[in-house]
Formats: sequence, structure tokens, C-alpha cells
Amino acid sequence: MNLAQIAKRQYVERRPNAQTIRGWLRRNWLEWLIEVLIRAAGFSTILIVGLIFVFLLREGLPTFLDIPLRQLFSSRWYPIESLYGLWSLIVGSILVTAGAVIIAVPLGLTTAIYLGEIAPQWQREILKPLIEMLAGIPSIVLGFLGWMVLAPLIQTMGASTGLTAFSGSLILAYMALPTIISISEDALYAVPKTYRDGALAMGATQWQTIWRVVLPAARSGLMMSMMLGIGRAIGETMAVMMVTGNAANVPDFGPTMFFSPVRTMTATIAAEMGEVSQGSMHYNVLFGIGIVLFLITFGINSLAGRFVGRVVRRRGGQL
Amino acid sequence: MKPQQVQKLAFGIITTSAALVVIPIVLVILFIIVKGIGALSWTFLTAVPQNGMTEGGIMPAILGTMILTLGTAIVCIPLGIGAAIYLAEYARDNRLSRWVRLAIINLAGIPSIVYGLFGLGAFVLFLNLGTSIIAGSLTLGIMTLPVVISTAEEAILAVPQEFRMVSQSLGATRWQTIRRQVLPHAMPGIITGIILGLSRAAGETAPILFTVAAFYLPNLPRSASDQTMALPYHLYVISTQVPGMPLSIQYGTALVLLLLVLSLTLVATLIRTRMRRRRDW
Repeated sequence: MNLAQIAKRQYVERRPNAQTIRGWLRRNWLEWLIEVLIRAAGFSTILIVGLIFVFLLREGLPTFLDIPLRQLFSSRWYPIESLYGLWSLIVGSILVTAGAVIIAVPLGLTTAIYLGEIAPQWQREILKPLIEMLAGIPSIVLGFLGWMVLAPLIQTMGASTGLTAFSGSLILAYMALPTIISISEDALYAVPKTYRDGALAMGATQWQTIWRVVLPAARSGLMMSMMLGIGRAIGETMAVMMVTGNAANVPDFGPTMFFSPVRTMTATIAAEMGEVSQGSMHYNVLFGIGIVLFLITFGINSLAGRFVGRVVRRRGGQL
Repeated sequence: MKPQQVQKLAFGIITTSAALVVIPIVLVILFIIVKGIGALSWTFLTAVPQNGMTEGGIMPAILGTMILTLGTAIVCIPLGIGAAIYLAEYARDNRLSRWVRLAIINLAGIPSIVYGLFGLGAFVLFLNLGTSIIAGSLTLGIMTLPVVISTAEEAILAVPQEFRMVSQSLGATRWQTIRRQVLPHAMPGIITGIILGLSRAAGETAPILFTVAAFYLPNLPRSASDQTMALPYHLYVISTQVPGMPLSIQYGTALVLLLLVLSLTLVATLIRTRMRRRRDW
């Protein structure tokens, strides 16, 4: 036999026959089934987001079809008289969220700088778990404290009522802080050490290095942390419902507007869904508000998406 | 001002504001503990509410929250680990896997009240499950998915590539490799993620408002299609909906909820720290 014949014979012998294929299949159908199940679990996440939107549309679409846009954008929310103006609710949500951002962003950024650039190691090891703990406190507990302690406190400071947009903002700010702090800290951490070394070698002080080199380099990550903080704040429900007074009106523009009672979109859904009859227009409109909330957060998160994927994983799955 | 003085000033402001963040956290936790500790007693934990909830205990709410947490685990663990294995082991970087990642990020960002609406529309009404433990567990389970998926994926990715290569070079199939090599090493991380997710679910109120929570239900649920009381909703009810509630019961309920959730978080953190210390690769 020459070499070519040997090669050919071996090839023929190694070619699987029907029997070996059957054996292979028996061993591998389980493998195949498991792979299909695992892929299905992965794709189910897309399906779930789709289903959430579909079911919101199913119940909420009549809001946008049957109610004239002019009425939807009016500020009169009197479901009893079939007046469904969403404007006061949208303003309520914006006001409370804006207040929360004004409080939380400076506090969050500076705390991130403190943890990432200034604090000694032993402080970091105490403070980080503490901030994680804040993320773990249920919103209803913070709302409860706001209702029992914060609101009366604000009232004694001279406001006509303690249940105001500001009370909601203050609590929301602390709920958004863990998100803002940890994502900002990640962004600061991602700035290469060589940048800092370079600046310090040029004779810059530590603060000049932070202010002129580190912060600008981390800019995009810091922006993301604010956006996700906003996303977190605008969707918060229970704490806000308990402390903002739930008055559906548009306060006069000015600094005093933070100290008047408002009602947010989330609180409206939570407070009224229990009382409406299924299929009524009021019911549909509450789902319509859900659509608005879904689209807002979907927009924010998709925009922040590329950055967030990394962050969510590094943070152990929590935003 | 000299740069050194500017630095002193800036660091002073930064330290102050970090203190403004941290001190209220400590105060809030201490305040709830001090105010609520007096109400804690064996009766409070094991008796049913009596006399319009102004006396007795909160046992049905505690038990309801535990049942719901268990139901949440049943829903989110298989699906979450499956999706994490897909992302870490099977997905190539193509359009489809990017969509899956985008979906997970968005699931993490959807407001909890919108999950409540979805649960009402999909499970309570469309699937006709009614306001029931099963509808509430499904809603909470889906809400918890992104947490479980992202932590489990991270844990799986942290297992060194060499483990997979060696296993497959010895003739193991892909699934045998995952089951016998990857998952055992990733397990502590996966469990951490699951517990963190469950602690969040246990404290949520908005998703269970319309899907399962009962205002007052002295009898314990008999099956998965019954309603149940739950601690977060109970706290909401007794603090805002029922006039004349004794303060001790309110703070006591808040304390029990806080302890339940924070102890879950603590367990998760402990597992994570021990795992990091014991990792031998």
C-alpha cells in the first residue's frame, strides 16, 4: 500500500457510520436541549420588555386615542368629572425629580470624589458598605420616616404644610445617591493613574489634579451617573406618594414652588388604581401614565446603555 | 488665594458633603431601631393583628413577605441563571446578544410601579390569575431578573478560561464543562446576586399593590391563588390609611421590615467577602 491508499483507508474507517451517529445523538440530545433552553432564557429578556410594553399599550392606548391631546396637556386632573389633564402630574414629577437632582448631584459627586480620591482606605471600607446599606433600605421605610419625622419638621420651619415637593425631593435625593455615588466612583476609577501622576509631576496640587485633570477625563461617566440618578428618581413611587401631599395642581413658577404640595405620575397610579373599575376611562388613563413613564425610563436607559452594562455588572447587578 | 489654600477649602467642602451623605444614613437606621425596638416581642412577631390592627402582632404580614420572596426566587432563579449562562458562555457579540443586554438594562430601569401595572394587566387580568400570590411572585420575579442576571454573569465570567479549556480537552462537552467546572466555581457569586435581588424584592411595595397585597387578612393564605398580607404594604397601610395607629406598632413594623431586608443584604455581602478571600486562582 502506498501512502495515499493508507490515508484513504483511514479516512473511510474514521467516517462515522449510522450506528455511531445514533450513539452520538443519544448522548447529545440532552446537550442540545439544554443549549436551546439556555438560549431561550437569554432571549426571554427581550420578550419580557416587549410584553411589558404590549400590555401597557393594551390597557392604556385608549388614553391617547380617545382623549383629545389638548385635554391631556391641560392641568385639570379631575377623574370624577372625566377631566384627565396630565400636565399637573408631569409638572409634579419634574418638580420633585429636579429638586432631587439639585440636592443629590452635588452631594453625590463630592462624595464620590471623597471616596475615590481623598479618603484613606479604612474610611472607604466603612463608608462603602454604609452607602450600599442605604441602597438596601426599602422605599416604604424612607417614606414612612418622611411622613412621621421629616414632614412635621419642615412644617415647624414655617411652611404651611410639610407635605411638599421639597420633602419628596429630599427623600428621593437620598434614594438616588447610592446610584450616583457608585457610578461616579467607577468613572473616576477608570481615569488612568498616569494622568494623575503627570499632573502631580508638573507641580499641580492634589486638588488642581482632581479639578482640571481627573474630573474632565471622567466627564462622560459622571454625566451617566446623573442620568441614571434621574431615571431612578422619576420612577420612585411609595416614598413620594407619602410625603408630597398629592395635590394635583401646577404651582406658580418660582422658588416657592418647591414648597407647595404636588402629585407625581407614579403616585397617581399607585393611589388611584385600587379604586377604579377595570375597563373605565380612568383605568385606561392610569395605564397611559404607565406608558409615559415606561418611555421616559426606556429612553434614559437606552441612552446610558453602553456605559451602564459595564457598571451594572461591576456593581453586582444593582443600578 | 494660594493653590494650597484652595485645596484646603475644596477638601473641606468635599469632606463636609460626604458627611452630609453618610450621617443621615446612620441616623435613619439608628432612629428606626431605637423607636421600634420597644415594640418587638414574641407576641408582635407571632400574633395576628387584632382590634382593627391596633393590637396584636404582624405575623401574617411577615409570613406573606416570606412566601412572596420564596415565589420570587422560584421565578427569577432558573430564568436568571439561564440568561446569565447564555450571555457568558453562548452569546457571541452580535446584534441579538446586544439586544439582550439592552433589554436587561431597560428591565433594571423600569419603575417598580410600571411592573405593578404590567403584573395587573398580564397576570391578574389576561392570564386570569386574580390578585394572588402567584401573580405577585411572577411580577416580583421579573422585576428581580436583571439583578440576578448581571451578578450571575459576572460570577461566571470570573471563572478562568483555562478551567474550560482543560475540561473540554479532556473530552467534556460544553454543558458538562459548564455544569461540572464553571457553575460550581461561580456559585458563591451567583448566590450573592440572588440574595441581593431577593432583598430588594422583599422590600418593594409598588409591584404588589395591585397584584397580591391584601389590606387586612387575618387568615393565612391556603394556596398560591390566595391573596396575602405583606410587610411593606402593611407598613404603608398602618401609617397612612388607618387613623389612630399606636406609634409603637408602626415603628415596630418598620424595624422588622428593615431588619429582614438588611440582614439579607448583610448575608450577601458576607458571602461575597468570604468568596473573594477563599478564591484560589
